[in-house]
Amino acid sequence: MEITAAEALVKCLEKEQVEVVFGYPGGAILPVYDALYHSSIRHVLVRHEQGAAHAADGYARATGRVGVCLATSGPGATNLITGIANAYMDSVPLVLITGQVPTSQVGTDAFQEVDITGITMPITKHNYLVKDASQLPRIVKNAFHIASTGRPGPVLIDLPKDVAQTVIKFQYPETVQLRGYKPTYRGHRNQIAEAARLIARAERPVIYAGGGILNSNASEELLALAETINAPVTNTFMGLSSFPGDHPLFLGMLGLHGTRAANLAVTNCDLLIALGARFDDRVTGNIAQFAPQAGVIHVDIDPAEIGKNVPVHVPIVGDVKLVLQDLLARLEKRIDNRWLEQVEAWKRQYPLSCGPDNGKLKPQYVVQKLHEITGGEAMVATDVGQHQMWVAQYYRFKRPGSLISSGGLGAMGFGLPAAMGAQIGQPDRLVVLVVGDGGFQMTMQELATIVEQELPIKIIILNNFVLGMVRQLQQVYCEGRYMAVEFKFHPDFETLARAYGIRSYTLRTKEEVDKYLPEALSAPGTVLVNCLVSAEENVNPMVPAGKSISEAIDC
Amino acid sequence: MMRHTLAVLVENNPGVLARVAGLFSRRGFNIDSLAVGRTENPAVSRMTIVVEGDARVLEQVTKQLHKLVDVIKISDVTAEEYVDRELVLIKVSVDPAHRGEVMQIADIFRARIVDLGRRTLTLECTGNDGKINAFEESLRPYGIKELVRTGKIAMLRGARFTGLQDNGTKEEVQ
Repeated sequence: MEITAAEALVKCLEKEQVEVVFGYPGGAILPVYDALYHSSIRHVLVRHEQGAAHAADGYARATGRVGVCLATSGPGATNLITGIANAYMDSVPLVLITGQVPTSQVGTDAFQEVDITGITMPITKHNYLVKDASQLPRIVKNAFHIASTGRPGPVLIDLPKDVAQTVIKFQYPETVQLRGYKPTYRGHRNQIAEAARLIARAERPVIYAGGGILNSNASEELLALAETINAPVTNTFMGLSSFPGDHPLFLGMLGLHGTRAANLAVTNCDLLIALGARFDDRVTGNIAQFAPQAGVIHVDIDPAEIGKNVPVHVPIVGDVKLVLQDLLARLEKRIDNRWLEQVEAWKRQYPLSCGPDNGKLKPQYVVQKLHEITGGEAMVATDVGQHQMWVAQYYRFKRPGSLISSGGLGAMGFGLPAAMGAQIGQPDRLVVLVVGDGGFQMTMQELATIVEQELPIKIIILNNFVLGMVRQLQQVYCEGRYMAVEFKFHPDFETLARAYGIRSYTLRTKEEVDKYLPEALSAPGTVLVNCLVSAEENVNPMVPAGKSISEAIDC
Repeated sequence: MMRHTLAVLVENNPGVLARVAGLFSRRGFNIDSLAVGRTENPAVSRMTIVVEGDARVLEQVTKQLHKLVDVIKISDVTAEEYVDRELVLIKVSVDPAHRGEVMQIADIFRARIVDLGRRTLTLECTGNDGKINAFEESLRPYGIKELVRTGKIAMLRGARFTGLQDNGTKEEVQ
């Protein structure tokens, strides 16, 4: 079949069973949009390319499929960058296709030319500049394979306009040929046997489970492991929702804003079983004092994560689901209640607390109420900041993969477009966005896309007129010199919602939340709930910089 | 701190050098020298990278390099029996009176004179690190106008090799 490379690209996307692409057209990507005209692939026209990248990311997290983005050259491509970096940090599979100026103009500082493969080298798993049109089908095949296998990540394909217009003989490759890319899936047998021996001998084991559990769909195996060896489980932020939030073995999140029970359990454990987690600085605090008495078993699909930040006693490279299956076959039921009793005592002694009543609506209360109303069943997207940590602390997830949030990069503005992608991927689920007033205004232009696409997202703004997380940092580290954190003006979000034709509520008190939040969550269509909350709240507990995670303070 | 010599086989794709160099700089690894050129297979290039660091740094360097899709194979030849060579071109300023001395030095190091100017001599010398350094030092008193080194290249001794064929890296993945 003889078709243009642009048409071949669309055929490749169809072969990869892409159902939706998020994008924004422009001159250099024109041939691809022309080819899309005849395709059944749904195109979601965003209002800014950053929204496209975050939406594809939210879609990928919500579905486990590859998120696909289209943008034009130059500014179209650079606007994707925060979204690409975000997906790279959180290991989210994306394929991003950018238009490029014609090959004859590449390198001449042409109109809307930017070296996007050069720029994205450190934030993509791999990228391609297509120079030979006949190679395009192979490149697309490779891109989807690389993005979605091993440790997932974003792959960018930069397609010059003249290459897109070149006629080629189209044939989609059946197999992938990549001699430099071969992820390891099965864990090493002897290492797994050694891990089983350590587990059998351990007196105080803790399971530390990260986002890798969700990427490999290993929640069932995680639960089986915890119940077989009766070990408490703590989640990293990225791992939240991989273990049932109301399970008696669950400790909550660990690290900087983790529960004291989780941090004390890790500090005192004699065996740390790290599963698909990467000992990030927000998790470990002062790394020299992290799990100081523990032997460490580390399972990860990315060999470079093992031994990167802490020494590991039993390294196991592999897919955490397969490794856990092999490991479970070697484990016996372990019943030793002394350690669990100690852990239980910490949980009772140090429950999460949002401080004394100050007569104002507490943001933590709104999240607690959201949990209560939805029974932990909602898909919750968040932005970045205090509200994100309150969701991590107070929303006890029941279903794996239900938290859509920017972990590693901590990119404000992620929430709204990501919720959009998540709802497109999961049209039948209740998708709730919890967002701060700062992050909401970073990408609120996507409200138009949400309305246009008729997405019934419930948006809850925890509006305190302040950049709360930074305010908290300035309180703790700058002796309360609050600089550039207070918003003296906000648009009236209720009026704004009306401008978009979105139903909205403004809630000021506990009573109003009790009365209207259930109604808002069950109302049809998009809903915006503007909660005017107390500005004096801090995320507690908090581990001060340089301290061990066992030395958390309340501030 | 120890110096390691890595033989890295990479796809001969545009941008592969930028990928490798970028990786070293953003992860804070120090490259001592890097030499690159194509191999017996035109689709494959070989980089010889000399990197400084302790065992942990080297482990990270190797693992991070492996994550690059264009990197096919990495061998640390440091602990093996290997031959290494580097080539240097040195332009020395010499008036005719000292020419003889310089030529004698060249002789000792088995260097070749590749160009002769009115007040300069250009010499070419190959050898390992130590020899090249010694050669440079002995010419320094005469005034080195210009010096260029290729960076080290290395190859295992005997029948063993770090090529593609010895570990079946050519199989296909589904």
